[in-house]
Amino acid sequence: MEKMLRKKECVAMLLAGGQGSRLYALTNNIAKPAVAFGAKYRIIDFPLSNCINSGIDTVGVLTQYEPLELNEYIGNGQPWDLDRAFGGVHILSPYQAKKKQSWFEGTANAIYQNMSFMKKYNPDYILILSGDHIYKMNYAEMLRAHKATGADCTIAAIEVPMKEASRFGILNTNPDGSIYEFEEKPKQPKSNLASMGIYIFTAEKLFKYLEADDQNPASSKDFGKDVLPAMLNAGEKMFSYRFKGYWKDVGTIASLWESNMDLLGKDPAFDVGDPDWKIHSRNPLAPPEYVGLNAEIDDSVIALGCEIGGAVKHSVLSSNVVIEEGATVRDSVLMAGTVVKKGAVVEHAIVDENVVIEEGARVGEPKENSAGIAVLGRNITVAAGASVAAGKIIDKDYKGE
Amino acid sequence: MAHSTVGVIFSNIHDENIPELSRHRTMASVPFGGRYRLIDFALSNMVNSGITTVGIVTKNNYQSLIDHLGSGKEWDLARKDGGIILLPPYSDETDRPYTTRLEALMSITGFLNHRNEDFVVISDCDGIAHLDIGDIVRYHEEKGAEITMVYHEETEPSESSYFITLEPSASGRIKSLNINPTNLKSGTKYNLYVNVMVMRREFLIRTIQQAVQRGFSSFGRDILTKNVDTLKIYGYGFKGYYAGVNSIQDYYRHSMELLQKPVRDELFGNRDIYTKVRDSAPTKYTDGAAVRDSLISDGCVVEGTVENCILFRGVKIGKGSHIKNSIIMQDSVIGENVRLDCVITDKDVVIGDRRNLAGCAELPYFIAKGRKL
Repeated sequence: MEKMLRKKECVAMLLAGGQGSRLYALTNNIAKPAVAFGAKYRIIDFPLSNCINSGIDTVGVLTQYEPLELNEYIGNGQPWDLDRAFGGVHILSPYQAKKKQSWFEGTANAIYQNMSFMKKYNPDYILILSGDHIYKMNYAEMLRAHKATGADCTIAAIEVPMKEASRFGILNTNPDGSIYEFEEKPKQPKSNLASMGIYIFTAEKLFKYLEADDQNPASSKDFGKDVLPAMLNAGEKMFSYRFKGYWKDVGTIASLWESNMDLLGKDPAFDVGDPDWKIHSRNPLAPPEYVGLNAEIDDSVIALGCEIGGAVKHSVLSSNVVIEEGATVRDSVLMAGTVVKKGAVVEHAIVDENVVIEEGARVGEPKENSAGIAVLGRNITVAAGASVAAGKIIDKDYKGE
Repeated sequence: MAHSTVGVIFSNIHDENIPELSRHRTMASVPFGGRYRLIDFALSNMVNSGITTVGIVTKNNYQSLIDHLGSGKEWDLARKDGGIILLPPYSDETDRPYTTRLEALMSITGFLNHRNEDFVVISDCDGIAHLDIGDIVRYHEEKGAEITMVYHEETEPSESSYFITLEPSASGRIKSLNINPTNLKSGTKYNLYVNVMVMRREFLIRTIQQAVQRGFSSFGRDILTKNVDTLKIYGYGFKGYYAGVNSIQDYYRHSMELLQKPVRDELFGNRDIYTKVRDSAPTKYTDGAAVRDSLISDGCVVEGTVENCILFRGVKIGKGSHIKNSIIMQDSVIGENVRLDCVITDKDVVIGDRRNLAGCAELPYFIAKGRKL
């Protein structure tokens, strides 16, 4: 008997090379998908968990910008159950080839350069994902829809407020969900159905159009700008897949802050505690958090290893954060290992890992009259008594103005 | 030096001391400290000392232990050579499963023979301490000891049904060794053997073989006490924090000691305690929550008042409830307007709205696994 062809029905390719320049100090040394989120997660935990929860166990992660920490975080993929003998998670970095060498030039080019990785699994379908969004989605349902419509390409889409539509790739669709027009960031959007940057392609079609795109010198090698319009113009069957649920692009300071705040409350806008859709992550090795005698905690999410001596209100604290007695943290996101000393106040701020806020210092202003979120980059110290104004972005030790 | 040491952990010995908690599990898998099992401390001591092979001797009720340990990867003990090796009891027509520590050691001579490490460290799971195994092995070598027994100075008589006290000379050599002495008084110092010992592997194998030939059955009586004058038995005095868990009272008292910063710093401060992870969400405190002086693990949702408590993973505390001086284990759900004082709930306990339960520190009110009140 012939040996059975080893294959994976669907291979996911996760674009994780983005610089995330609008996150400023938070992405000075790490790729955006590695940015901490929600007290114990990183952004990339969401697409990776969605994959494994959807039964997709083969994922290529395409890295380019500052990949070190992201590579280390993903490791062998064990925390997501993606350490597999055949399949699993693989980091795909740009490489030097015999004929040419190049960085990934655009999203389509990044996938094109990893054609041999995908082909190794003889896939019927390719799922394209990005590492920029916080959401829970069952890709298996999207794949079922893709098969049911017989589409060559299915694009996940969500309704956004009309006034924001011009920031997105907009899908103009027929009543049956088929797409007749694709507009990348249109000035006058005709609909508010935005592409989520999640595509399922029938593998053969994708490979064909990626080859053609590579040969096209006029192309910017981008899915939204080049490959999708080319397929549509050629008359390929393209369908939208409506997603209703929480989906947030955390590409800006404001949206990252909002999305963290969406975890708070008894019935949060976004629930990471759903036992039927666990968000897997590399867990910190830390004891339970200790809440002190004079601590006050209200409406907050707090990770392992924290020591809370002061007041924490409406905030999200990652592992091993220390809030000393007499310190106050309000409306803020504090990442792992940060220390807020006695009498210091942090309000309406995002503070990256291992920051020390010395005694009596002040970071940000009360949210009600704040001119913007204050941001502190990792591994810095804010001197005793110093004051970081609302909306300031600081990435070096700070002693005041 | 520690890389040349193999670990052996007895998971069941002392089960009878805490029947409440070990009825359905081994001593090793008794939950402790919000997110750990007792074995995590013994295992982490070994792993942090560079040990990469640990044999775990089991006897009864070891399903929860197997579930906890998995492949050993959380302790970095999923290894090609060695790692965690479970040693369940062996029996056939002529051999019954072991009943004593010595018989258990006899049953694992195959494992010991196949290893190539120079030293063996043998540990039970009834103690919580930050032990540097490498340092104990170094001491063993320096002294030219045949057996090194780790002890801790205590002032309260042990509540264990089986314990050994040691009297070391100035050089550390053990002059006398007593099993279950009855003359201990509260407030008088004595040296309690903490059930951790080091030997050369060859010495242990030889000792077991001789014991088999002579028909011995008790390691403490037939090997240690009878030979205290001829064997070079040394005591390694451990000066740090040690918590022996020998009764439900001990369990309660030592759990509450974790609320003291020096104890937490010593146990968790400069090293990692490894345990099974379960991808719980971070703990959520709602608007009405009030928490003081408590140790709280991940995956909890706290809506009420929690004071002087230890909450394990996935515990829910309902609105208007006031929980104090209590230990609430994994996935227990406390309803609304409940009052608890000095209560220990085992895993998966459900306490309905408006219940009012209280014990006292000397006799905490214990609620068994899975009970619904």
